[in-house]
Amino acid sequence: MNDLDYGTPAVDSTREVTLNIDGVSVSVPAGTSLMRAAVKAGVMIPKLCATDSLAPFGSCRLCLVEIEGRRGYPSSCTTPAEAGMTVRTQTPKLAELRRNVMELYISDHPLDCLTCAASGDCELQSTAAQVGLREVRYGMHGANHFVAARKDISTPYFIHNPAKCIVCNRCVRACEEQQGTFALTISGRGFASRVTAGQGESFMESDCVSCGACVNACPTAALIEKSAVKLGSAERDVITTCAYCGVGCGFKAEMKGTQVVRMTPWKDGKANEGHACVKGRFAWGYATHKDRITRPMIRAKTSDPWREVSWDEAFAYAAKEFRRIQQKHGRNAVGALVSSRCTNEEDYLVQKLVRAAFGNNNVDTCARVCHAPTGYGLGQTLGTSAGTQTFKSVEKSDVILLIGSNPSEGHPVVGSRLKRSVRAGAKLIVIDPREIDMVTAPHARATHHLKLRPGTNVAMLSALAHVIVTEGLLNEQFIAERCEKQAFDDWREFAARPANAPEAMEAVTGVPAADVRAAARLYATGGNAAIFYGLGVTEHSQGSTAVIAVANLAMATGNVGREGVGVNPLRGQNNVQGSCDMGGFPDIYPGYRHVSDSATRELFEKAWSVSLQPDPGLRIPNMLEAALDGSFKGLYCQGEDPAQSDPNTQHVQAALAAMECVVVQDLFLNETAKYAHVFLPGASFLEKDGTFTNGERRISRVRKVMPPLAGKADWEVTLGLAAALGYPMHYEHPSQIMDEIAHLTPTFAGVNYDKLEQMGSVQWPCNDKKPQGTPLMHVDAFVRGKGRFFNTQYVPTDEKVTPRFPLLLTTGRILSQYNVGAQTRRTENVQFYGEDVLEIHPHDAEERGIRDGDWVGIQSRAGDTVLRATVTERVQPGVVYTTFHFPESGANVITTDNSDWATNCPEYKVTAVQLVKVEQPSAWQMRNAREDKEQKKLLAGAKR
Amino acid sequence: MNPAKLIKMANQIGAFFEAFPDREQAVAGVAAHIQRNWEPRMRTALQDYVAQNGDEALMPIVRDALRIVQKVVL
Repeated sequence: MNDLDYGTPAVDSTREVTLNIDGVSVSVPAGTSLMRAAVKAGVMIPKLCATDSLAPFGSCRLCLVEIEGRRGYPSSCTTPAEAGMTVRTQTPKLAELRRNVMELYISDHPLDCLTCAASGDCELQSTAAQVGLREVRYGMHGANHFVAARKDISTPYFIHNPAKCIVCNRCVRACEEQQGTFALTISGRGFASRVTAGQGESFMESDCVSCGACVNACPTAALIEKSAVKLGSAERDVITTCAYCGVGCGFKAEMKGTQVVRMTPWKDGKANEGHACVKGRFAWGYATHKDRITRPMIRAKTSDPWREVSWDEAFAYAAKEFRRIQQKHGRNAVGALVSSRCTNEEDYLVQKLVRAAFGNNNVDTCARVCHAPTGYGLGQTLGTSAGTQTFKSVEKSDVILLIGSNPSEGHPVVGSRLKRSVRAGAKLIVIDPREIDMVTAPHARATHHLKLRPGTNVAMLSALAHVIVTEGLLNEQFIAERCEKQAFDDWREFAARPANAPEAMEAVTGVPAADVRAAARLYATGGNAAIFYGLGVTEHSQGSTAVIAVANLAMATGNVGREGVGVNPLRGQNNVQGSCDMGGFPDIYPGYRHVSDSATRELFEKAWSVSLQPDPGLRIPNMLEAALDGSFKGLYCQGEDPAQSDPNTQHVQAALAAMECVVVQDLFLNETAKYAHVFLPGASFLEKDGTFTNGERRISRVRKVMPPLAGKADWEVTLGLAAALGYPMHYEHPSQIMDEIAHLTPTFAGVNYDKLEQMGSVQWPCNDKKPQGTPLMHVDAFVRGKGRFFNTQYVPTDEKVTPRFPLLLTTGRILSQYNVGAQTRRTENVQFYGEDVLEIHPHDAEERGIRDGDWVGIQSRAGDTVLRATVTERVQPGVVYTTFHFPESGANVITTDNSDWATNCPEYKVTAVQLVKVEQPSAWQMRNAREDKEQKKLLAGAKR
Repeated sequence: MNPAKLIKMANQIGAFFEAFPDREQAVAGVAAHIQRNWEPRMRTALQDYVAQNGDEALMPIVRDALRIVQKVVL
């Protein structure tokens, strides 16, 4: 199951050199190591400290070779191949040297191979066999056998056993080179050399982020997954795609029967290239958690006990209810939410069900509450509602502008990529109200941190534009060739206005003008400049304007259309890009074509044999509003939890309670399911086939590794509901759904499962013009033809601080928890972060008599809740911060229903609040706890 | 649909397009945005509200735009 290890990383060079290794002629890119060239020639040189995910280190002295005309025995991992070289890897002398070295390793290693968890997967074992070690002259009782140093079992997911360590440094280098955390080091000398976390702390107490890179790199059992220790060796592996964030990491699910032994990052996965984070690597146990609901259930009222029923009865009940509602309240009285966690094929089916079976366009996705402004802003300016690059492209960046994103927590594998680029010399500009990890990352510190006030992104971006325009830093040639002239001229005049100068905006953003000017100059003149952004840009009342402003900057400086530049939105959930691509919005069909476009509508009408509506449907917040005014009564909610994730919880709860039929399809009885009348059990990503599309438009396969616990994959559930509604759809496998998508969607025309099998993944557009996909967008021209600038007038949010609400609350994520936490809360990740806390600056805390760990009441115009305080200078005075991973926290009880002007994306990032020290939970929390208990009782009844 | 929220949404849209130097284009932008993104009952609710209560709460650019947003018969 192990992939071929070339020993050293591939080298990116267009110049080839040809050499001879053991009589075989081989050509490799200049700069390639002899070790890697040898593998290409079919020769495996013994090694222990080398692996192709890490830079060569040259410490184990096993990979020695002889080079004709040269003296000595250089290590092949650190010696570059040269044209005309003649290399011998197998000679009696080399064999003797290698055996001698191996003898020393083995003399100091416990020989409990039969009971070792790495047996059969141990590089020390296999290398000893490879070099033909037959005796150990120094005895088998080395100083490190079963040393006093105890095993470190502090982290929930892996063990560190120093007795099995050969001090090859691979773990230390993986932590540095791949992850960028620098949590590990080798302490001591000689026999006392030890891998040490932090300052001699346990792994759990140290800076370790449990990404698992060290475990992956370890050639022995010194670092090994607890699941592998417990379950033994896997029997097979299946390549699949992570179901957490929008990075879309490729993984190998290592299986024993239908049980996952471990998930290891796939080194050929193009999004992650063999790296992972604590969620994807380790937090998959939720899939078989005892809380999984595996039987369909129905109830007439939400105060009734749940009743387990057959799939057919559940489908029939839901369909009858939806039809009853439509008959009574009109066909537009029902709708559905597409899941950004489900597959493309499943999302496609739900929007098809809404349009063809419900007969309306009331379909939306949780992109509404995260990256809808990206779709709008990039669509308007560049012509495509998606990022412009590959993640790997950042290796070619000279400047990285990171705004409103905390990738080390929210998109950790991209965060590691960014840090790697900064360590390699790229300059980093961070624009964020908080001092996020990227600001002071080890050996990757930001050059500028523009610590702006929440809600002032547009002011900041306009100020950056002002500097670029007025200091002559525009890329005039690019603009003249690639952009609309009139719109640019208008924007130039707008940006140059004194009101947009950093000095004028200083009072708004709180950032010194000189810092803004310096950052703008660096972005515009520092070479290849890439912008990465996240929800800190989109989740504002001017979210779409900020996305447009980002695109303006990229166009103005010519930073679009080649490697190392571009606009890179970091998407929230695993398939939020896909759910948008698949037409999971009320105004567009798959491929971002508006429902009013008659040619497109006719195409779908013909394919689906129905008549389709030309007007847009309701967005999520509009559905909730319509529910409260009595015109929206039924919701099919697939893999979404608006009762926890959407803002102004009490408003959402009231709207859900006003509906007559809520159908929830999910793994667990989530917060929304408390308001549901029908529960359809969902399937985890391990239980179904399909595809996810990540934030770089990469379509990757999701592969079934175990049967669905409830008997049906989510796409099959939607088929069942559609059939009950009288609109049967006929697919035997998700590949057929993808074939239909490709048939109807020009940007997906060349996508099919055979191609994904061959290529591993492909980035859309993929069609006749681009059969291998499109890693880079807008290379010679923008998708819309000429790029379009828009004036981006700063409009302050209505959510203003007042004496009653003097602080601004902003919300975000933590590394170990994911979104509403339904998955990660049901894993050992709760050991890292077991509750949402409120970060508050020491000045604000002192003024209110709040100390670290105190209960703090947080009041906003929408509601109030209580969280525990963490006093920290990570936030600036006047700003407080929390996460929303735990339903009992009620973080969204305080967020308001203010939203983005263009898309209604909620303004999660700015809420005016007041804090007060309290002794008990809020009234909402107490009521919620009571209701939670009652709902659990109603569920317990169903299981009897 | 809550008219106060619809008025706020419409004015937010107006505030973006107000930055356009070409007034005609800006008004058309507001109208097109509402036409292409608002579900019919939302458009109708706002139009009905304006018909009954006047358009003082709306920005001038939105008032002008609303005149060219298609009437929807529900």
